[in-house]
Amino acid sequence: MPETKPVLMQGNEACAEGAISAGVRFYAGYPITPSTEVAERMAARLPDIGGVFIQMEDEIASMAAIIGASIGGMRAITATSGPGFSLKQENIGYAIMAEIPCVIVDVQRMGPSTGVPTAPSQGDVMQARWGTHGDHPIIVFSPASVYETYYLTIAAVNLSQKLRQPVILLLDEVIGHMREKVTIPRDSRLMVEKSSDKVPADYKPYDEKGLTPLVPFGFGHYYHVTGLFHDQYGFPTGDPPQVERSLDRVHEKLEKYRDEVVLTNYIGHKEPRVVIVTYGCTVRSARAVVKKAYWNNREPVGLLSLQTLWPFPDKEVREIAKKADVIIVPEMNMGQIVSEVERHVKGEAEVVPLNRYDGEMISPDQISDIMGRWLS
Amino acid sequence: MGNRQEILLTGAGGQGLILASIILAQAAVNDNKNVVQTQSYGPEARGGASMAGVIIDIDTIEYPKVVNPTVLLSMNQASFNKYLPKIKRVGECVVIVDSTLVSGPFREEYKIRGYPITRTAREEVGKEVVANMLALGVLNAATGLVERKIFRDSIFELAPKGSGELNQKAFDLGYRLYESGPGQHIGQSAQTPQ
Repeated sequence: MPETKPVLMQGNEACAEGAISAGVRFYAGYPITPSTEVAERMAARLPDIGGVFIQMEDEIASMAAIIGASIGGMRAITATSGPGFSLKQENIGYAIMAEIPCVIVDVQRMGPSTGVPTAPSQGDVMQARWGTHGDHPIIVFSPASVYETYYLTIAAVNLSQKLRQPVILLLDEVIGHMREKVTIPRDSRLMVEKSSDKVPADYKPYDEKGLTPLVPFGFGHYYHVTGLFHDQYGFPTGDPPQVERSLDRVHEKLEKYRDEVVLTNYIGHKEPRVVIVTYGCTVRSARAVVKKAYWNNREPVGLLSLQTLWPFPDKEVREIAKKADVIIVPEMNMGQIVSEVERHVKGEAEVVPLNRYDGEMISPDQISDIMGRWLS
Repeated sequence: MGNRQEILLTGAGGQGLILASIILAQAAVNDNKNVVQTQSYGPEARGGASMAGVIIDIDTIEYPKVVNPTVLLSMNQASFNKYLPKIKRVGECVVIVDSTLVSGPFREEYKIRGYPITRTAREEVGKEVVANMLALGVLNAATGLVERKIFRDSIFELAPKGSGELNQKAFDLGYRLYESGPGQHIGQSAQTPQ
């Protein structure tokens, strides 16, 4: 990869740059704080590289537009925040059902409703998982730095293409708005993972045997696209065994590629007593604490940061639970991922929530206070 | 953590402090340092007491918010009142105020240095809009955060098209203002009409 000069970049800008590096050439959205810079950057960049930028009338239409662009053969992305994310849910379900790749960026702000537009929050974790109805699979990433935003956006685009599955990038106001030094590789073509264009003459877009690449609509193969349960060619069906098989299949494709999708990172002691499990901007506060406690003082502590929130990193958390006595879960909400941690820890370790929901980041002091209590 | 510098640039929305913070951050990047820049986004960014924070460190920067300012720049009275109490190590934090717009109180233990930044911009450059770059000049002269030449180049790189040299001139003027010394300006020029 060619060396490039480090630049100062915002999380939202890095998201846009990541999308472009991953081959995204279509953006449709409706601006909303704190996600607007993604749209601004896309509007500035896309026309010069043969892409399309559309500001739609609202978030529902934006979501529909990227689904349309995607099935027409373009890599597409949209960005929003909580209130707009709520509006997109119906069409996200459609993309899951019709297996149309797309990436939805949600830069979380303090909710519910319009909440505090400029205050950070991590309140959309469960909405990202279960916002759209029905028993669906979903992939959700949560970066903790500007550079992580860049490469997780690339991963999101590539995985959504490969698995024909919408991917949600859950940023927060802190990561979206802060500027940081990053080095971005110049040759962006390296980042595009090509999906195979070899398909049989009898093309089945929803082949029961497994993953089939999406041949864009109108490119020589006839099929049907619907939000109804459908057969291998996409035509509606209500046949119970077929319905069950279809739902199994969309879940299985995620299970099969689980290790490519689930990304976590552990730093700290090999035999920790206290481990912090967290995600997004809260990772930064936790890392400040763990670095000091472990690197400087050799205390038995660790940090498991979750880049992937869904599918939940169950194996990784269980492994930690086997070693640690206590797992602290700081998050900027009233407790969302913590119950998932508890569910997988199954009582093997004490799970302690640390919640803050006043529109401010969790500070390192808050984390070290609670950690100190369990260490002494 | 000894290298960590936490800089707060404060003033009214519209004085160009957010741009100043981005230029400072980019200059530090060009000087091969780690940087995180944050800013206020609420209604205060359009007036009143707006804030931009820049953290510069040799080590990686984890917590991105300014908690223990080592440098504070105040460009109006409201931000001076709001952000001066945020200083934890009173006396160790470098406090620079625009004495054109801030009239005190200048409590001794804070070792506040006042420079007529906006007035100098108005009288010597003929444009108040460059007060932010002038302030950066004073600030960098006082702290040596970034090598001067790298800083000047970064200003040229990021200033709005066609205004690079003017802004560099303002930056150099800031150095001169710093070298002429603070003190005698405090409280005097605050009364000059806008």
